[in-house]
Amino acid sequence: MISRYILIVGCGRLGSHLANQLSRAGNAVVVIDIDESRFSKLSPEFSGFRIEGDATQIAVLQSAKIKQADALIATAHEDNVNMMVSQVAKKIFGVPKVLARIFDPKHEEILSRLGIETICPTAAAASMFLHAIDTEHTSEKEAKT
Amino acid sequence: MKVIMIGGGKTLYFLCRNFSSKGYKVVIINRERNECEELARKLSALVICGDGSHVEILEEAGARSANALLAITPNDQDNLIICQLASHKFGIPRVIALANDPDNAEVFEKLGVSAFSLTQIVSSLIEQRASLEQITNLLPVGEGRVNVTEIVLNLDSPVAGKQLKDITLPENSLIAVVIRDNKPIVPRGASDLQVADKIVLITLPENHGQVLKMITGENNRSNLG
Repeated sequence: MISRYILIVGCGRLGSHLANQLSRAGNAVVVIDIDESRFSKLSPEFSGFRIEGDATQIAVLQSAKIKQADALIATAHEDNVNMMVSQVAKKIFGVPKVLARIFDPKHEEILSRLGIETICPTAAAASMFLHAIDTEHTSEKEAKT
Repeated sequence: MKVIMIGGGKTLYFLCRNFSSKGYKVVIINRERNECEELARKLSALVICGDGSHVEILEEAGARSANALLAITPNDQDNLIICQLASHKFGIPRVIALANDPDNAEVFEKLGVSAFSLTQIVSSLIEQRASLEQITNLLPVGEGRVNVTEIVLNLDSPVAGKQLKDITLPENSLIAVVIRDNKPIVPRGASDLQVADKIVLITLPENHGQVLKMITGENNRSNLG
């Protein structure tokens, strides 16, 4: 796997998990969070950088060398932060791959119209549940026949 | 005219009073219940308690029929998203966001949202007041790359009494208009400048200070001889 330079905004459960995995896989990872205490969620093997700051400030993104980033993942707990940061990354700094976690499906609609890829946990979980139920259902049926 | 304002604090309160006195219909959206109650008591506006970046709340505020929306919360991310929802989803013709971080004013403009920064406005006002009283910075043009400045020539001005062709201004600067007795003149080489003329000057940020000194003579008499 090629090493990429990846910025992660928000070091909550999802952000720290992604940071640990991407770092372990050999990527250069920088995590930004406004609250320094959240970096405690990073595993000891995490070899990337931590930046304490507000990612809605351009200066903070610049200090994370956003221009060089191959990808940015926005996982802050506020939708609006993720929506702003992902747009700034894509439209202003031209980051090639930008993903945003968005809770409110109505916000998702606006972002996709603006050309930003989003992941909505509710929609993702729902589709996995539905898929699981369907496959179970069919396999049971197959077993019966 | 119907205006939706999102935010709180004194700025919102006084803006709302100002708009109401002009006969505008104002709707306020604020997240804090206590502040909503206070605003509703003091103002004649409709106050909605909720998150202005939620589509339902904007809908309830009558975003579909609003003429303008002003997002002035203390959070830039909220102001940006509210304005994007307002223009993309509800088609409000005029939406303006407050950029708390002055850097974000430019960011918002690039993302298609009109923005203003109080920090920028106040600091430029102070700079203007602090600089010479006879000079008024009219407006930055071309994203701030060109300055248009108005100057009243006083007795100290080294260029007063001279013809334009005898005044060597630095490259990329121009005396565009001379206003004498309220009459604007577009000057030519033979035109002269007189005390009490108001001149409109075009400069670039690089040569602005140098040109001002040449015109006013202030702070730099030794260099001008």
